[in-house]
Amino acid sequence: MINYIYQLVSPGNFSVKYEEIDYTKEIIVRPLYMSICQADQRYYLGKREVKKLKSKLPMALIHESIGEIVYDPTGTYNLGQKVVTIPNIPANQDDKIIYENYQEGSKFMSSGIDGFMREFVNIPADRIALVENVDLRIASICEFISVGVHAVNRFKSVAHSIRNKIGIWGDGSFGYVVACILRESFPNCNLVVVGKNAFKLSQFTFVDEVYLAGDIPDDLSVDHAFECAGGSGSFYAIDDIINYINPQGSVVLLGVSENKIAVNTRNILEKGLIFIGCSRSGREDFEKAIKFLEVPRFQSRLRRIIFEDEPVKSISDIHRVFKTDLNTSFKTVFKWDL
Amino acid sequence: MIFGAIVAGGVGNRMNITGMPKQFLPLGKSEKPIIIHTLEKFILCDELDYIYLGVHKEWIEYMEKLMRKYEIDSNKIIIAEGGAERNLTILNIIDKIEKDHGESESHIIVTHDAVRPFVTLRMIKENIQAAIQFGACDTVIEAVDTIIESTDGECITSVPKRSDMYLGQTPQSFKMKSFKDIYNDLSKEERDLLTDACKVFAFRNKKVKLVRGDTFNIKITTTSDYKIANAILGGNVGD
Repeated sequence: MINYIYQLVSPGNFSVKYEEIDYTKEIIVRPLYMSICQADQRYYLGKREVKKLKSKLPMALIHESIGEIVYDPTGTYNLGQKVVTIPNIPANQDDKIIYENYQEGSKFMSSGIDGFMREFVNIPADRIALVENVDLRIASICEFISVGVHAVNRFKSVAHSIRNKIGIWGDGSFGYVVACILRESFPNCNLVVVGKNAFKLSQFTFVDEVYLAGDIPDDLSVDHAFECAGGSGSFYAIDDIINYINPQGSVVLLGVSENKIAVNTRNILEKGLIFIGCSRSGREDFEKAIKFLEVPRFQSRLRRIIFEDEPVKSISDIHRVFKTDLNTSFKTVFKWDL
Repeated sequence: MIFGAIVAGGVGNRMNITGMPKQFLPLGKSEKPIIIHTLEKFILCDELDYIYLGVHKEWIEYMEKLMRKYEIDSNKIIIAEGGAERNLTILNIIDKIEKDHGESESHIIVTHDAVRPFVTLRMIKENIQAAIQFGACDTVIEAVDTIIESTDGECITSVPKRSDMYLGQTPQSFKMKSFKDIYNDLSKEERDLLTDACKVFAFRNKKVKLVRGDTFNIKITTTSDYKIANAILGGNVGD
């Protein structure tokens, strides 16, 4: 069968690649809803190093998607079942120490190889996870949630057991998702969110304290912190965290920055801090993310940060959703009808 | 019910490549026959209850062998005997559908050329929706070149306004019974003139909704089409 793959060939330009799918080997999923990640937006806008762009493009964008099974030669799934597609392709699934998303040689769909902007996604059976009873628009951001789940799990395995107060720096979509996961994981913990946008901060109704970055009380202290700012904001967020965190706290770094960030190493050493870098996620994290999504309270919190744009039926619609995303406060999702 | 009807009744060969009908020629790196590529796309549309293949009687056995070779064992697929020309193949398929599933005003048929393997699921789904809503639809693309009409093949008769012009592709989809009723009501002269199914509806002033096609939804008819299709898929383009 001939598959249509909608590739970004250069910033702001899409072209269709036609590729044959071997029908008999892999599961075929028809994408139904997709969500835009900032990484996709950076490719679309050309906000990556020229050398990086040259090595990664042409490539289909999008790694957050939910679809339905339309063909399964393995007989594992029923036709029509809704599944999230896992973009990480591990180099070594038997590795018990290094997580699949950090293994050298692992591949990631929409970073160097084609993402999910395709007519059909042919994918191995272990790279999909079943989703039931979840609004498809919310389920489309499952990959995004799984990255937060992964970060919280790593935090749990590394951070010391005093977890009375946890700080989250960053009031964007990712800070929101991490806050949702922490709320479910540590119901009695005091959650503090620091951000730059009062409107965005007002959406964090389920946390205990919110502060604008310039108005943090001097006496604030947190046991641990999650940095979800990214970009140039990473510098200020990490600096604040080092100032306000208690000794031997763990700092989970999640914000991506194109430029190198200066950090106050003296205070890190003095306080004996642990920094945990986190990126992407693996199958296990997807399964846990789906469990969270099945909790109605969790689902309804996430609904607040989802903006559904009109369906995508043409390449000009793809441009439209990327432009819409620039003007939405949180996550842009859309129905895939192409 | 909703039926796919892949029209592959031809035995003629405009390509001078082999004695084989063009729908059976290998395409792409896999060298799968064109009709298998087309059929596989139709199989993935869950809205189609059954898919009928209209194949010339001399090639039915060959088609069955191909389906075994490419492990297409879906019980959704039924082979029907093709007719002398396109509309007759469609009518043969309709006859077989009615024998298998009975007559119904609501039966929809999505007809498609076997030699258009670049059809997309979107086109098929939009055809189904449009046929249900409007009774008939045609897949088209906007005309990029100026269309010239010449009734004598020597001089221009007229130059229609380009923005009103479209190029017809397939799928063409419609209510099965409406097509049969109109076709049976046509004179022999009218039938000879109306070789296109949607033309039959338009001739009787029935509304035919337009569905957006794709420039790459090409009909592989000539040697150059075949080379282009193979080039797009990285297949063999040698002479």
